[in-house]
Amino acid sequence: MAIAVEFQDVVKRFPGAGYNALDHVNLKIEEGELLTILGTSGCGKTTLIKLINRIHEADEGNIYLSGTNIKDIEPITLRRGIGYVIQQIGLFPHMTIYDNIATVPRILKWDKDKINQRVTELLEMVNLPPEEFKDRYPGQLSGGQQQRIGLIRALAANPKIMLLDEPFGAIDAINRSNLQDELLKIHRQSRKTFVFVTHDITEAMKLGTKVLIMDQGKIQQYGTPGEIIEKPANAFVESLISSGHVDTNYVRNGEGI
Amino acid sequence: MTRLGEYFATHWMDYIWNILRHLEISAISVAFAMIIAIPLGILSTRCHIVEKISVKFWGMLRIIPSVAILIVCIPIIGTGIVPAVVALTILAIPPILINTTQAFKQLPESIVEAAVGMGMNPREVFFQIKVPLAFPIVFTGIRTAIVEVVASATLAAYIGAGGLGEIILTGLGLMRNDLLWLGGITVAVVSLGTGYLLNCIYKQATKYQRV
Ligand SMILES: Nc1ncnc2c1ncn2[C@@H]1O[C@H](COP(=O)(O)OP(=O)(O)O)[C@@H](O)[C@H]1O
Ligand SMILES: [Mg+2]
Repeated sequence: MAIAVEFQDVVKRFPGAGYNALDHVNLKIEEGELLTILGTSGCGKTTLIKLINRIHEADEGNIYLSGTNIKDIEPITLRRGIGYVIQQIGLFPHMTIYDNIATVPRILKWDKDKINQRVTELLEMVNLPPEEFKDRYPGQLSGGQQQRIGLIRALAANPKIMLLDEPFGAIDAINRSNLQDELLKIHRQSRKTFVFVTHDITEAMKLGTKVLIMDQGKIQQYGTPGEIIEKPANAFVESLISSGHVDTNYVRNGEGI
Repeated sequence: MTRLGEYFATHWMDYIWNILRHLEISAISVAFAMIIAIPLGILSTRCHIVEKISVKFWGMLRIIPSVAILIVCIPIIGTGIVPAVVALTILAIPPILINTTQAFKQLPESIVEAAVGMGMNPREVFFQIKVPLAFPIVFTGIRTAIVEVVASATLAAYIGAGGLGEIILTGLGLMRNDLLWLGGITVAVVSLGTGYLLNCIYKQATKYQRV
């Protein structure tokens, strides 16, 4: 399998901090995986993701996207090829749902028909009837609906890779479960590479084809959900798993890519 | 009342001209104030020193009543429309400046982060995201400035700049209460009318917030 993202000995230190937010991280993410990154608050999950789209720059080491060092790609060009979803959703409140979704395709100068078609297709994909929703404003949608728009807005220009930073963290349990199912469906259909940050063990195990467990800026274990549950690499992983009451029926396992 | 009828019969053109002149002085002053205060307000959010200096400076100027500014202006730039516009511009800057700084400081971080993360360049982030999000608060400042300026422009007549103050001055000179009333009421109607119009624009432009 081709490698979508590779971290080589990456270190990130924030000014004034006496520790490394990311400490010598080595990581290969294969194309088409849905990698969930799991760890307690402050362990460096967001930092890891923001290094990929160059919102942050690494202090040491290198990051490669499909073999190209991201230092050699202009940050703005790089970001236009990466889908980015955040917990706060960040829809543009003054723009309609249509305009929100069309943002990146417009920047990339797609023609009108192609944008129309894409917006319709995406809204249908998350079961929001286009005619009903495209002219509404974000403020008219529920939290769950807003994050569906956040998700398809990031997918709009067909990025090769999707970065999602605790996207369902602020959404109530029932909606979250539905959104997780939709995300799984989108991943299976699109076969894109997803990097999904969460601090919820159940979510990490349900969604991930691979799971990366982090603590204090270091990788603790990297493997399939099954491997992590059956063979925890160290005491930290073991305690994390035992604290999470993971329902093994919902573990994404042996599905194969 | 008959005397007021006579006034309109002979001076209706003056009346219209005074209204237009009043609006002209106000519009020019607010336009200058916007040209100065909006960039300065945005700069203040990016550069701390600019903010400190401008807050102090305009805070101080604000205490001085506009009549005083007008009188100080006369020996420096003489009489007529120029000192009137200078004084009214100074009056209009603080509300626009303060609101612009506030608006650009309070931009929701997550929305800007989403825009940057999607690959908008700095210009696109500024004009497509930051400006529209800041607009309601900036506009509120501009509205305050306009209402203040329209009311204060009445004083411009004292230094020969014309406007609705002229009717009041004439009334004072001729000891005619009817002209005082006419001038005063017209200023009030023009002020309220402008305020109403601006409210309509504001409501239209921020519809998305109330859907
Ligand atoms: N912009 C920043 N400036 C300074 N320190 C930061 C910044 N962003 C994150 N950190 C620090 O880096 C560490 C990792 O943060 P983060 O990646 O946000 O963790 P997580 O997303 O796992 O909760 C934390 O100790 C945090 O305080
Ligand atoms: Mg985080």
